[in-house]
Amino acid sequence: MTMQLGPVTRLLMNDKGGRYLLLALAALAVIVPLLNLTMAPGSALHVSTYTVTLLGKYLCYALLALAVDLIWGYCGILSLGHGAFFALGGYAMGMYLMRQIGERGVYGDPLLPDFMVFLNWKELPWYWQGFDNFGFAMLMVALAPGLLAFVFGWLAFRSRVTGVYLSIITQALTYALMLAFFRNDMGFGGNNGLTDFKDLLGFNLQSDAARCGLFIASAVSLMVGYVLCRRIVNSKLGRVLVAVRDAEARTRFLGYRVDKYKLFVFVVSSVLAGIAGALYVPQVGIINPGEFSPINSIEIIIWVAVGGRGTLYGAVIGAIAVNYAKSYFTGAFPELWLYCLGALFVVTTLFLPKGLVGLLERIRPREKSASPTQSEVSGDAVATTGSAASTPSEPSRPAAADLRAGKAVEVSPSS
Amino acid sequence: MRRLSLLFSSSSRLSFARLGCALLMICMWMLGSGAQAEPADARLEPILTQLKTAGFAEKEQLVSKLSEIDDPQVAPILSALLEGDLQYAKKGEGEVVILRYANDLYSAQNALTGEVTEDVEKRAFKKISVNNSLRQLLRASLAALQLRAPDVNVRLEAARNMMKSDDASNIPLLQRALEKEQDASVQELLSVDLAMLQARYGETTQSRVAAIEQLQGELYVEVRSLLRSFLNTNGQGEFLEPDPAVRQAAQEALDAIESLVAFNKGVENVYFGVSLGAVLLLAAVGLAITFGVMGVINMAHGEMIMLGAYTTYVIQQWMPNHIEYSLFVAIPAAFLVSGLAGVVIERGVIRFLYGRPLETLLATFGISLCLQQLVRTVFGSLNQSVITPVWMSGSIEINGALSLTYNRLYIIIFSILVLLALAALLRKTQFGLQMRAVTQNRPMASSMGIRTGWLDALTFGLGSGIAGIAGVALSQLTNVGPNLGQSYIIDSFMVVVFGGVGNLMGTFVGAMSLGVANKLMEPFAGAVLAKILVLVFIILFIQKYPRGMFALKGRAVEG
Repeated sequence: MTMQLGPVTRLLMNDKGGRYLLLALAALAVIVPLLNLTMAPGSALHVSTYTVTLLGKYLCYALLALAVDLIWGYCGILSLGHGAFFALGGYAMGMYLMRQIGERGVYGDPLLPDFMVFLNWKELPWYWQGFDNFGFAMLMVALAPGLLAFVFGWLAFRSRVTGVYLSIITQALTYALMLAFFRNDMGFGGNNGLTDFKDLLGFNLQSDAARCGLFIASAVSLMVGYVLCRRIVNSKLGRVLVAVRDAEARTRFLGYRVDKYKLFVFVVSSVLAGIAGALYVPQVGIINPGEFSPINSIEIIIWVAVGGRGTLYGAVIGAIAVNYAKSYFTGAFPELWLYCLGALFVVTTLFLPKGLVGLLERIRPREKSASPTQSEVSGDAVATTGSAASTPSEPSRPAAADLRAGKAVEVSPSS
Repeated sequence: MRRLSLLFSSSSRLSFARLGCALLMICMWMLGSGAQAEPADARLEPILTQLKTAGFAEKEQLVSKLSEIDDPQVAPILSALLEGDLQYAKKGEGEVVILRYANDLYSAQNALTGEVTEDVEKRAFKKISVNNSLRQLLRASLAALQLRAPDVNVRLEAARNMMKSDDASNIPLLQRALEKEQDASVQELLSVDLAMLQARYGETTQSRVAAIEQLQGELYVEVRSLLRSFLNTNGQGEFLEPDPAVRQAAQEALDAIESLVAFNKGVENVYFGVSLGAVLLLAAVGLAITFGVMGVINMAHGEMIMLGAYTTYVIQQWMPNHIEYSLFVAIPAAFLVSGLAGVVIERGVIRFLYGRPLETLLATFGISLCLQQLVRTVFGSLNQSVITPVWMSGSIEINGALSLTYNRLYIIIFSILVLLALAALLRKTQFGLQMRAVTQNRPMASSMGIRTGWLDALTFGLGSGIAGIAGVALSQLTNVGPNLGQSYIIDSFMVVVFGGVGNLMGTFVGAMSLGVANKLMEPFAGAVLAKILVLVFIILFIQKYPRGMFALKGRAVEG
């Protein structure tokens, strides 16, 4: 994909939300570790290591939500299996961390992780080779989910599995992976997963410095991920993606290889999810097959839906807001959380098709924010025989119109 | 070519056979001895007195003596001794009693006179202890006694249990029993017993080989292990069985049996597969309506199944004295409960989301979370136990290697009935006609005076109600818990997608083939891997046939 390079500032010129978001992230990345490391534990300004880790976790979720928004918000691919890519990235990181434990494990085996000794394995399986090398592990963090997404997406998009079918198949994918990873003889720790990590690149994972480092890494990854996604959706390719979302058949008839566009964005998204997982695992200290469970994947969707689909920064806001609510509720009223989550699904789909971001815009309407779009949304919600089009959102109409008028600039066929 | 002895149903529960048999006999003997109070055999008393103080070796002799006495009291005494219920009073004359526990009370029956004393203190008695070799002897003695029992079912059980015996002294006993036996199925079992003992203890090579040849084709586990024991070697690679002719005969017999067993295993796997398919069919057929016919993707479908299962549980709580009939009440009740829930969901949420499948998916997923949590709040997060009525438990024993459980059989029949009823409803009734009209051409149906909105609600209610019925069936097979639905939802979608949307026949074929494929792969690949392979297969299958096996053709496709 040959894309014209442009400075970040130009990219964000028309993206007010993105500007605020990046500023906030940059500020967080500086202030939070600073307050954690320099302030005395008793001081009012001190940020506890627990909070740093919690915030770091939210940022990983936000990156994951960003990845989902890229495909769902801009290409109409509702993946109910993105948790699988997240978990795969996490497992790749977990394998590196397991290899770093070395002789400090319970059984003190210099080569084999504890669970393998426990299972009476004699040598390291081939797919565990090389994970003692950080560079290789990081390569696998991107490669493992990317490859799975490539194969899966190639099969699915080529045969034009779309919409709900694709959603269910992705859900089956993560379900199958969950079952597979639960097996002990897969060699990934079975039920218990990988845990009891000691250090990362020589830093003790329990130390404040490592936690702050991971936090900064998460924030920076999220910023880079955001800019990357913004680049993609603002490019010509991004316009085609939106066209695919709104009228796939029409786009195909205009001569675009829809499956390749979808495949590209699906793989990018899965790699982002994998990176999010890799950053997540050292912060929470465990990765187990539960991460593959379909409910986790579907929760990601609700983060995006709550934040506002098809805006990128909305996904980030949604992920942080929902997870903050989750932390709060599971602490204060554990029984109520699932009711809230369930209600969130219903309420956002029925009343907030544009999520929190849409709500904010409605409260503080900008002069040019097209009010007809709003009425269109509410009108569509009651229509019993709506078109198959997904939630109409602002950029959709012009994009389709562009294509119809043949104005869409050609995209290099080398994609 | 093999005999298909349809045994009495309870005979399949072999693990309980011994206990059940003993209890049955106790009851029978009690009826006899209690009423007539015959004077017990004079030889009984001294033996019982000695039993109290004897060592284990002496006890074995005493038990052998006891079992030779032809007295109705002997069998209950022996079985009580086996179960640890034969006790003697610590004070007074130290009479030997059989201690029983019922309705929170202990009662003691004098082992000699048969007099029953109600409400006794358990502490006042001391158990006559037994060890393992004594237990073995007791079982053998009891079996011998049972072989003479008047009830044919008792004899059948006893003859079956005899296979576990490894005692040359039983040969004359069996021969006698075989001579007297009139019942054909008992005769057959007895001759197998006899052949097994003769194969091992026969005097000449010819008689042993003949016995082994007689065993050829018998599918009992015990026969196989016996034959295998002839082929075992010791540490130095020498055969434990010195006679090569016997070894060869055993090998031939074993090979013949093994291939028969493999065949039966295959039949059994297919049966399991069909029953899994029936469960999938029940779970998916409701989905075939809501997803297939209406195009609504209902992620709360699994929770409709769960509601049905919980309805069964509640119904059983309401009528604890009529568990036998509870399922017949539960089926319509579950249909109503889940159907009503479906109507409410349709009118409350889904109605606003028609034509937006992805949003429908999310909203119904939210509903499923709420329903799960609701059930957790009301019933707790632990699994509830739903009782299986007696007529559904047990199994048909086709032969020694193959038995078909009743509950699966009923579920297979039930699922097919549900499918037929549904097909009739869709094809033959006014409601079905209107339903098809609405799904095919909504504006036209509406202008013909059909209340399309109301019909949508009813159709969705129908699909959900059938899910509720599936829940009743599932409650007989698995645990009823808040996550019950979750485990079936993905499979159900797979069935509908595989079979082709909007087609009951496709759903049927899809469910059955997935069920059978799953179970046939399990022996080679293990349960989890089989499931993964099936999922992978479906993912690949959809590549080739994106609209399923029985895809609709023509205009209906885009409708």
